[in-house]
Amino acid sequence: MKIDEVFNGIVLDHIKAGNSMKIYKYLDLDRLECAVAIIRNVKSTKMGKKDIIKIDAPIELNLDVLGYIDSGITVNIIKNGVLSQKFKLALPEELINVLHCKNPRCITTVENQLDSVFKLSDRESSVYRCVYCDTENS
Amino acid sequence: MRHLIEITDLTVEEINRLITLAENIITNGRRFSEVCKGKKIATLFFEPSTRTRLSFEAAMIELGGYVIGFSSSDCSSAAKGEMVTDTVRTVGCYADIIAMRHPKEGAPLAASKYSPVPIINAGDGGHNHPTQTLADLLTIYREKSRLDSFTIGFCGDLMFGRTVHSLINALSRYENINFIFISPEELKIPAYIKDDTLKKRGLGFKEVERLEDVLPDLDVLYMTRVQRERFFNEADYIRLKDSYILEPSKLYRAKKDLCIMHPLPRVNEISHSVDNDPRACYFKQVQNGKYIRMALIMKLLELEA
Repeated sequence: MKIDEVFNGIVLDHIKAGNSMKIYKYLDLDRLECAVAIIRNVKSTKMGKKDIIKIDAPIELNLDVLGYIDSGITVNIIKNGVLSQKFKLALPEELINVLHCKNPRCITTVENQLDSVFKLSDRESSVYRCVYCDTENS
Repeated sequence: MRHLIEITDLTVEEINRLITLAENIITNGRRFSEVCKGKKIATLFFEPSTRTRLSFEAAMIELGGYVIGFSSSDCSSAAKGEMVTDTVRTVGCYADIIAMRHPKEGAPLAASKYSPVPIINAGDGGHNHPTQTLADLLTIYREKSRLDSFTIGFCGDLMFGRTVHSLINALSRYENINFIFISPEELKIPAYIKDDTLKKRGLGFKEVERLEDVLPDLDVLYMTRVQRERFFNEADYIRLKDSYILEPSKLYRAKKDLCIMHPLPRVNEISHSVDNDPRACYFKQVQNGKYIRMALIMKLLELEA
């Protein structure tokens, strides 16, 4: 499949094989009316195997969530059948309401009005910590 | 507006200035007796405390200010299920500054996002206790005349000991501190303190189980209580509570100028017979705590003598 098959939309490339369904779930892609293609286990010279997601509409993506799930993804934005923007993702510095603290002593477990905020504590090992109690996401 | 939620909210220079101010207060107390005239501190203690709450209250009174607050969540609208963020928004209408202790970790940080007045974290669960750290730093400084180049041993509950976590964080920013952690396996220092605070800054540390093995090397010994309230399982508490008991017989191999510290309250981890040893500094910590809190209140309210 070629990316120009999407006319106005997004192609998420270089998804680590097996991560596409997770992304589908986290980004709520099942709620979209437009065509969404999930292509799994595509042969890749760099990665061996990879997944690709094609979304046939110019939706707004939560890049923080995407970067957290798989920081190796390449995002391709297609406008009028032409690749208009292409960029790599990175682990976001902060995640808001993506992760939830599992520490029963944390204030976020009892006060639901608080945003759940995690900060990147170690980029190398992708460790995030709750800003309220410093508990590591696991 | 500044809050004090964790010790790293203050730079090393700010901490040093607070220590200088506290020493000035100790020497010239009268000059500061009206600095907070007309100001009120609210002490919101959702968890029991003797020293910290009374220390804040005494500090404000000695600065000429007033005190309002509560000393148990049963005496506040928390008992009706009020959220801590609503409580501080309300109290912020009455007081100029709030000192808060809460059993939930991160409660003071959450409060600071909504409060119209400065929040001081007076202890949040097993997490942080920055004003105890300031009291500890002032004590070490007054005993050693420096905050660098010494060996400190932390002994006891290093997992849930919030005073330990805050003090390590603070001292890791000073030069040439040698850290030794003495605890049973189950109460070892959390990985995030080792990884984020010490290893990231390239600081070395040692972990041991026996106090006797390292006592002669120490310039400062920081004892802690195994805290019943941090355990979900009573059996674990009973098994670990008497892991370390400091007695005069153990101290004969320690340095003559060792500084023995404890954030108090103690249960039986330091024998009362150690109290008369000139190396016992834990009641000096209590005294210093009031002075450093006076300095902190002045700083956060942006007041000068």
